[in-house]
Amino acid sequence: MTPPLLSIGDLTVALPRGADRPFALERVALDLVPGEIHCVVGESGSGKSMTAMAVMGLLAEGVEATEGRIDFRGCDLLRLDEAEMRKVRGREIGMIFQEPMTALNPLRTIGDQIGEMFRAHTDLSGPEIAKRVPALLADVHIPDPAAAARAYPHELSGGQRQRAMIAMALALEPAILIADEPTTALDVTTQAQILALIRELQERRGTAVLFITHDFGVVAEIATRVTVMQNGRVVEQGAADDVLDRPQHPYTKALIAAVPSLEPPPRPRLAASHEAALTIDHVSKTYGRRGLFGASKRVVHAVRDVSLSLPRGATLGIVGESGSGKSTLARLIVRLLDPDRGAIRLGDVDIAALSRRALRAQTRHIQMVFQDPHASLNPRHKAGELVAQGLIVHGTPRKAALARAAELFALVGLDPAGVDRYPHEFSGGQRQRIGLARALAVGPEVLIADEPVSALDVSVQAQVLDLLVRLKTELGLSMVFITHDLRVAAQICDRIAVMRNGEVVEIADTVDLFAAPRHPYTRALLAAVPGRHWIPPVPERRIVGA
Amino acid sequence: MRIVLLALRRLAASLPTLLVLLVGLFVLLQFAPGDTVDALMAQMGGGDPAAADELRRFYGLDLSVPVRLGHYLWRLVQLDLGYSAIYGKPVAEVIVERLPPTLLLMGASLAFAFAGGLVLGVFAARKVGRWPDTVLSTLGLIFYATPSFWFGLMGIVLFAVDLGWVPAGGYEEIAGGKTGLARVLDVAWHLALPTLTLALIFLATYLRIMRASMLEVMTLDFVRTARAKGLSGMAVLTRHVLRNALLPMVTLIGLQAGTMLGGSVVVESVFALPGLGRLAYESVVQRDLNTLLGIVFVSALLVIVVNFLVDLLYARLDPRIVS
Repeated sequence: MTPPLLSIGDLTVALPRGADRPFALERVALDLVPGEIHCVVGESGSGKSMTAMAVMGLLAEGVEATEGRIDFRGCDLLRLDEAEMRKVRGREIGMIFQEPMTALNPLRTIGDQIGEMFRAHTDLSGPEIAKRVPALLADVHIPDPAAAARAYPHELSGGQRQRAMIAMALALEPAILIADEPTTALDVTTQAQILALIRELQERRGTAVLFITHDFGVVAEIATRVTVMQNGRVVEQGAADDVLDRPQHPYTKALIAAVPSLEPPPRPRLAASHEAALTIDHVSKTYGRRGLFGASKRVVHAVRDVSLSLPRGATLGIVGESGSGKSTLARLIVRLLDPDRGAIRLGDVDIAALSRRALRAQTRHIQMVFQDPHASLNPRHKAGELVAQGLIVHGTPRKAALARAAELFALVGLDPAGVDRYPHEFSGGQRQRIGLARALAVGPEVLIADEPVSALDVSVQAQVLDLLVRLKTELGLSMVFITHDLRVAAQICDRIAVMRNGEVVEIADTVDLFAAPRHPYTRALLAAVPGRHWIPPVPERRIVGA
Repeated sequence: MRIVLLALRRLAASLPTLLVLLVGLFVLLQFAPGDTVDALMAQMGGGDPAAADELRRFYGLDLSVPVRLGHYLWRLVQLDLGYSAIYGKPVAEVIVERLPPTLLLMGASLAFAFAGGLVLGVFAARKVGRWPDTVLSTLGLIFYATPSFWFGLMGIVLFAVDLGWVPAGGYEEIAGGKTGLARVLDVAWHLALPTLTLALIFLATYLRIMRASMLEVMTLDFVRTARAKGLSGMAVLTRHVLRNALLPMVTLIGLQAGTMLGGSVVVESVFALPGLGRLAYESVVQRDLNTLLGIVFVSALLVIVVNFLVDLLYARLDPRIVS
């Protein structure tokens, strides 16, 4: 085997006193060989990003590497002083990050920020740098590199920004590229392109890539070797095929088992004459109107003439990338937004035509679960109160409502004693359960779930999905399930509508959609799913204890 | 060009504000007992009611309130601020005489507060949690909490009376006959203490904002990117943190322009400066409606102009504004 380029041995990183655990990393060992893409995979808090920051010597204040070594080109990076370490950063080891919008300085042009690499590490002249920058941008396949160099970050799309980040990280042709969740914030088709780009550049230049991710699909797509981390320790390491198809450690097995398969499970077909719980009829919504002084602003057609029907007791998936209008549609259905045109019928009632007052009586029949379990719960109210609020609004006496909240806690698998605690005292998965209890409190017939598991770790995601499916059956709910994740959609939806630019481009039963997608965009989406050829080895899903 | 268009639109939107302000003040002053003629008669040591009526007719004060308001606004459209009965000359002339001390005081205080707050804020943020930060924050709070008149008075007692370093008040040496550079230095010498008094209060605000803003920007992702590029601490600070951290400071200038005019009334009174603030105070006492409205008009214009400049500056600093 080739000698490793970077060798991490027995790395232990201590957290400041008062943190939830004494060590962020414990005896982590990892070798990075030239020419490989080494994926470090784990859930949040596993220490995967911390490992990367330790290599870069960019640990937060108070966080310290207490033991171990990071050998690179014959010296231990942990022993270098700040000035020596600066010469390694950027020049020897490049790094790219998760969110390309925030990772670039919003006030300076792309070209300026890439040029800074040369200014910091080389003696190249200004004109020489100005020549190199567009070449670099062309190398990462940005159309019109010269214009992109003059652009500010907000003027580029998410994918182009990440391309620019990669161009910047690779400007000085470093031996190692560390990529910390570089595609997590991107749409699935963009993600596929960025993954292809990273692999292309890696092959062309022989860069060793340390690729940090939480997504086993991405691992299957790109990795040559894999390290699985849990709670600051390495639990399994090996060649990608071995780890993915023949996992040894129980944690790895559990993680892989929690990855939803892209193969939809067999389910009874919906009858064509099935009664509809919710009908969306030619609904449209545009944003942006003429300004006060006649300045015509850009008009965005967020939702364009969408017609859908949700059969009673079924789950209708709405799938699309960011900007496709899927979240706007969800907000229209519960009238958080008012549609410009069209009808939204719940039974016989047209929600879109109701007055605010009449709407309030109807809201108990239709409820929504939101994406971000951190932001969607008011941090200054107790969890029980948040759940009981809807009941109180609809006339239940406060005491009875709070008692009901405790019952609902039990229903969604939370300790009923938790009603007296505040949202921040719960984990992400638990918070999403609170959100679900809140939605279920008023006894809705229709549940609108807007990306309810996107912010959760994969094992927690599996639990919440199971809970959703179980409650839906028990309570006889109909559900609109909005997601960008085709794997999740495959598992949970009876029928799927694919949205792009505010329009539904294809609607079909899940099995048919995955087996024979008709619209080119649907095909493109399916082709872009990372690791689509990899079928997780464990056939039946087992729930992991979180 | 789009920047200018944007700023011009903001400017146009502020015109109604100006109108509401003037009409409101005009109506409000009608409720105050007594008018200019009463004040004039009091100055003359009294007089007979017939003469007072005659004067009222002369100044148009016998007309109804709406008619007088209409006249005033009509003249204003022609950029005529009217005539001051008390000073016996056009209001515009009175205001132009009194404008320089106020503008100097405001400008110097603002510059001093901004620069001081910037430097100290950066310093405090870099030493966050350590003693220099604590000392600066405490001092800042003390300056902020102390009334400006008290500051001014204590400054006079210490630096003018006890130490004799600066004059206790006034704008320049009366009848000093100085010209050119000598006069500039004389004015600067007179304004040093008032500027410091006014600036210290605002400096505390700038310091706190700059410190908080620096701390926030330093946690942002692109700062991590900059460090990962191998930039030195100084380069990260000057090229990436500073400009981003400056944005809230610039916003604050616009917000504080009005407050500063208010603060200068107190400081001008304490230091006996012949400025706009003191003129406003005197006009209220003397029921000199024309002068008062003129001052409000000019002050409002001043605030609008400052905000216009701030808008331009902001758009220059932050490319995201324009698109």
